[in-house]
Amino acid sequence: MVDLFPLTLESAETSRRGKRLIGPLNLTLSGDGICVVMGPNGSGKTTLLRLMHGTARLTGGRVRWACDTETARHDQAFVFQRPVMLRRTVEENLAYPLRLRGVARAEARGQARNWAVRVGLGEMLERRAVLLSGGEQQKLAIARALITEPALLFLDEPTASLDGRAMREIEAILTAARASGTRLIMSTHDMGQARRIADHIVFLLGGQVHETSAAESFFAGPETAEARAFLNGEIVE
Amino acid sequence: MTDIVDLWEGLRHAFWLVVTLDAELADIALRSLQVTLTALVIACAIALPLAAFLAVRRFRFRRATIATLNAFMGLPPVVVGLIVYILLSRSGPFGALGLLFTPTAMIIAQVVIIVPLIASIAHQSLRDLWAEYHDLLISMNVTQIQKVRTLLWDARRALLTAALAGFGRGIGEVGAIMIVGGNIDNATRVLTTAIALETGKGEFALALALGFILIALAVGVNLAIHWAGQTERDSRW
Repeated sequence: MVDLFPLTLESAETSRRGKRLIGPLNLTLSGDGICVVMGPNGSGKTTLLRLMHGTARLTGGRVRWACDTETARHDQAFVFQRPVMLRRTVEENLAYPLRLRGVARAEARGQARNWAVRVGLGEMLERRAVLLSGGEQQKLAIARALITEPALLFLDEPTASLDGRAMREIEAILTAARASGTRLIMSTHDMGQARRIADHIVFLLGGQVHETSAAESFFAGPETAEARAFLNGEIVE
Repeated sequence: MTDIVDLWEGLRHAFWLVVTLDAELADIALRSLQVTLTALVIACAIALPLAAFLAVRRFRFRRATIATLNAFMGLPPVVVGLIVYILLSRSGPFGALGLLFTPTAMIIAQVVIIVPLIASIAHQSLRDLWAEYHDLLISMNVTQIQKVRTLLWDARRALLTAALAGFGRGIGEVGAIMIVGGNIDNATRVLTTAIALETGKGEFALALALGFILIALAVGVNLAIHWAGQTERDSRW
């Protein structure tokens, strides 16, 4: 597995139709464990993740990986807030990234079945993915992202609008992925979730990084007034 | 009253022509099918990748290209026939090929007529699917060819509708193939041109009989393609 970290953003910014969405911001991530990007709605969490992943266009500054950008892009995956399901069965959805990489059909199907069992979708292999529940679709999306064993997985609010059981199952999948060496960068505005699984916190507000620290120290005593207010449940803009 | 008698006579005539396996009728019907199905296969091979390309690729004049394609759906068949006639006539640029008044000329004319229709209908479906898949496929670093293949495969049932629309237009077409085929007995006569001929001769019963057989053929092929494509068999797509 190629080491992608440290990931460095140097005066990175992105604008759309003349309006700056985030930045210019400087940020260095060591990538250990699960890094959670927190902040209120509209703070730029999704844009920051897309910027790092390369699916949002940089309008200034740069994003640097420890390896070359092409290799880094190839070795990462992204899970969206609203999972995108291919109009195929669960098994075909899981096998799709492997088939793209030239894995033989039988081998891809075998791996797809293994992953389906791992995320609790083993009984649903032949079901159409779009007919799954929200939680099942998100588990499928995460398994499809992990099936190629990426070095880094981005997740954009993966448990937003899911019930407690689905959230617990997804968090279990993510912590298992961390244990197997995959680095995770995810956004959430669910404080409880961040407390449960985060190793590192990036606090974002108004498109700017206000604080980066280890999760333990962030929750014990945030350095900035904005982060403190956010943790206290106050409305922060 | 006379019209109803003609209609009844036509039905009776059609029934006997089919029951007695009239050799001339079989020849004409098979030629109709051969010309239209060949044109359909060629047109799909051109139109479907073109539609997918227009859905996924951004380039200058893309909108103009799509608008032109949509406008070409209404190409007057007689004019298409005339242009193909000029191109294939002895003094035309492709005159040396000796294709005028052959089934090949009729296939060429039908391809010209149905390519814009299939491409436009297919493009609508593929554009919607691309909007759904865009973020996922971009994040997976999918190549242009892989995008096109994914879209064509996942939208195959919608594309079947586009192909059937093309088949419907082709099998019922008379103006262009009359000009480039010449309606030559045992050579280029098809159901539509035979109907036109019999109507001109005042043989309404026979013309109606051929018309009923044409309708039966069109409906039969549509049902067969639907059945083969398993459309509507699944709960969704």
